[in-house]
Order: sequence, then C-alpha cells, then structure tokens
Amino acid sequence: MIPGFGSLMQDVLWCFSQVKGTIDIGVTEADIISTVEFNHTGELLATGDKGGRVVIFQREQESKNQPHRRGEYNVYSTFQSHEPEFDYLKSLEIEEKINKIRWLPQQNAAYFLLSTNDKTVKLWKVSERDKRPEGYNLKDEDGRLRDPSMITMLRVPVLRPMDLMVEATPRRVFANAHTYHINSISVNSDYETYMSADDLRINLWNFEITNQSFNIVDIKPANMEELTEVITAAEFHPHHCNTFVYSSSKGTIRLCDMRTSALCDRHAKFFEEPEDPSNRSFFSEIISSISDVKFSHSGRYIMTRDYLTVKVWDLNMENRPIETYQVHDYLRSKLCSLYENDCIFDKFECVWNGSDSVIMTGSYNNFFRMFDRNTKRDVTLEASRENSKPRAILKPRKVCVGGKRRKDEISVDSLDFSKKILHTAWHPSENIIAVAATNNLYIFQDKVN
Amino acid sequence: MAAPLGTSARAEETGQEKQDTQEKETVTPEKAEEAKLKAKYPNLGQKPGGSDFLMKRLQKGQKYFDSGDYNMAKAKMKNKQLPSAGPDKNLVTGDHIPTPQDLPQRKSSLVTSKLAG
Repeated sequence: MIPGFGSLMQDVLWCFSQVKGTIDIGVTEADIISTVEFNHTGELLATGDKGGRVVIFQREQESKNQPHRRGEYNVYSTFQSHEPEFDYLKSLEIEEKINKIRWLPQQNAAYFLLSTNDKTVKLWKVSERDKRPEGYNLKDEDGRLRDPSMITMLRVPVLRPMDLMVEATPRRVFANAHTYHINSISVNSDYETYMSADDLRINLWNFEITNQSFNIVDIKPANMEELTEVITAAEFHPHHCNTFVYSSSKGTIRLCDMRTSALCDRHAKFFEEPEDPSNRSFFSEIISSISDVKFSHSGRYIMTRDYLTVKVWDLNMENRPIETYQVHDYLRSKLCSLYENDCIFDKFECVWNGSDSVIMTGSYNNFFRMFDRNTKRDVTLEASRENSKPRAILKPRKVCVGGKRRKDEISVDSLDFSKKILHTAWHPSENIIAVAATNNLYIFQDKVN
Repeated sequence: MAAPLGTSARAEETGQEKQDTQEKETVTPEKAEEAKLKAKYPNLGQKPGGSDFLMKRLQKGQKYFDSGDYNMAKAKMKNKQLPSAGPDKNLVTGDHIPTPQDLPQRKSSLVTSKLAG
C-alpha cells in the first residue's frame, strides 16, 4: 500500500505522467538537472541545470474532452540564467550551475523567480506578450525606416494580436556579496526581502536594492584553522517574517529571530539530537551533515535530511526530532566505498506534500522514498524509462539486504550509485510530483478514477 | 576524496582511546566500515569528519592561474611555436606554461536545454 494524502487512510496510487529530456548513452554534464521547484499555485514548474539554464513548464488547462490527461506540463519558457565566470583575483572558477530556484508569489500578470549559482542571485521576470503595435509612421512592418518624404499622412499605431511570446528578462542582479558558495535562497513571507546563504554567512536582501545587503549570520571563525562547521541550508519561516532556520554540517539546526539583533549569531533555538558516543565513528559527522532543511507548510515543523535519514522536528522541542525515517539504512555497511567514491557527500533534498502529511526524498538507483507521517507507512518508487507508459502505475521497489533475494528485489550491491535522485518537488496542493533523475525530469501523478 | 593527511603536531589521544573501546564492544556496521577505511588508508587523519573536508569544500573551484606567465607565454608564441600540450589537454602541469591553445575549452552551454526540446 502506498502513502499519499492522509485523509481517511485513502491510499494513493502513483502513475507515470511525463518525462522530459533525452535518452543519451553519455550524459552531457550541462544537462544534469540541479534544482526543481513548483511555483505557489503549481501552475508552473521550473528546473535549473548545470549549464546555467532554466526551463519553465506550464500546466495546460484541463479539458473536459480529455479527462484522463490531467493537466500536462509543457515548455513555457527557457533561458540562460547564469554563465560561467572566472574570478581572476581569487583564481576561482565560478560555475554556472543553478543551485536553487525560488518563486515569488504572483502579484501581477508576470511571474518572478530567483535563481542562483555559487556567487550571484538573479531576479527573473517571465511575462507574456500577445499583442504588438502595428502601424508606425516612421518605420514599416519589418522595422525598416520609411523615407520621410514619402509619408503623406499620419496614422495612429494600434495593438493587434500576435502569437503568444513568453519573454524572460533579468530584472535584478545581486552580485558580489558572497565570498563562499551560495547553497540556499529563501523568499521571505513579507515578499519584500529574501536571504541568500553560503557556507559561512547569510545575507538579507531587499528585492529593490542590489548594491547592498545585510549580513545576518556570520559563523566564520577569526582563525580559519578553528573552522568546525559550515552552513548547509537556510530557510525563512513560511508566515513569520522575522524567523528563519539554518542547518549545519554537524547535524544541528539553529532558529533565529531577526528582531533580537542585527547580527543573528546567537540563535533563539538550537536543535540537536544527542548522539550515543559509543556509536561514534569516522563517518559519524559526515553522515550527520544536514543537506536540506524545510519548514512544513504549517510552519510548526521542520524537516531535515542527512545522509541516511529524514527527520521531522517540532519547533517547540529542541532536544530531539519527533520523527526519524530511514531512507536507505542498508548503506551503513557500505560507508567505506561510499566515502571512496565521494557518494557520502551527496546532498539529497527533501520535500513536504501540500498537507504536510507525507514527506519525500531521493535515493540511489533512481529510487525515491515517501513516508506517510500519519500511517507510518513508506514506499520506494523508481523513476525509470521502463515504467514510462502513460498512466502506468508505479510498482513499489524493494532493496534486499542480504540473504535470499526475492524475484522483484534488488540487492544493495547492484544499486547504481551514479543514478542519484537529489532533487524532487511536490505540487503545493495536488498529488503531482516532479523528480529529477540526472538529466531527465519525471512527472508523476496520482491515479485518476 | 580527502587526501591522506600529515600527522598533526598536536597528539590526538582520543583516537587511541576509541580504538581500545572498539575492540571491546560489538562492531557496528559503521565501525566495521571505518576499520576497512583505516586499513586502506592508514594515514587518514585522526579527526573524524572535521575541518579538512570543510576546507576542501570552501575551496571548491580554485584554479591556479598566473597571468604573468600566461602573457609571457603568449608573447613568446608570436615568435616561435612552443611544444603543444600532451594528449590530455585538460592536464596542464609542471614546467609547461599554459598557452591559449592548451587551456581546456570552456564547455559551451549556450545551447538550448534538452528538456525544452
């Protein structure tokens, strides 16, 4: 049985809906998807890739004629957001890879999103144009200038319909504020400010002002030899514009209140699970590093992802999480090789569904996992071209840990660690999920009856 | 992967203590993996996790480029042909001064994404 929205214990059957991208034998690095994000209504779905490009998909209107095709996502706009740069002063190569995309809530006909690479955040405006002025006096329809001596009468240009054109323009560029690599951006609930976080610092910006930002967290030690932890992710509270959290490489989360002081180096709350010292190993700190932190939609909980687990914390309880879910505990006996091939440093993200009843995160072998917080049931599904017949129901997958392998199971040693699902997104109100599998984007929906 | 570390000037006593208790307790999968790693890389630092990973993370993207050398090599190129880099153009090391021909081409990403195809 598969978890979904928890109401009335109804189970969700996940079906294949669409897949975007090509089946290439060798994957071009630029095509690797690095971020996926639905906008606030779920009408738009944005992806960013290692080549610095953003592709936005729009859900088509559901038609009564084809009730089975529940709103497919089609390309709406695509643009080059960031380009590779070289910082000559620091001998630093700046990748164009899009680390994060965050949408602003829609306030007029245009859509706005923030996209960031390691160093620069950009605000993009995506707008539609479906009319154009015709009948200029001084130039003809092709744009060529008319000979003024040939003009005998004046006319008033009029707006005439044209084929829909979607344009993306960079409206703001927020640069030169981060010495270290930006890992997170988060739009504040006041819709006027946002934050950008790098390994050691967090800055607060106003959308209108690009040449100034406020530093609100600075954990850089005076002596870099004393560096023990870095910031791994940060997010604003969904409703309280003064509150944000940031996670660290040591597995801790700090909640800060911007009302207390300008520099929020002292946390208001500190979330850490006590560690059993007898379990400590060389790997302990590495696997406890939090790769993602997300507030629940309600604002009551935070979810964190470390290498092997997803944890849910109640903001009112700092000394331990209220729920811990094992994503792929069978990897615990593979840590040595995962360290050698660097997989132990993979940064998985995690997401909530719209009602905060189910959480989802990725794993290896193109598997992804969902945990129903109410029923405590979990499922492993796979994003693969083999299960990509339209509306095909996804079959639960199982990893076998040793001993007798059943027919449909896959053994730990057969897992493909190059097929990692790091980025997923869940529609804000419906059971539609987007799963990035290297260079392909899968969209799954629940079964329509 | 982290490079093997040189021995720290400060003695790490806790590492030795941990090894003693390890032998007494049942070996968890994690500790077994740690033992495997230490067997392969005996020089691996005593500090678990720790600042070496962090420093490596902070320094991601560092490439060493000397504009003086580069410009001198470019100037020399006008007069005579310098030997070109070996078969692996991505690796410009040693005495070889990078010339414009040798620098690996920046990957061209100004092509439409295949997701939009």
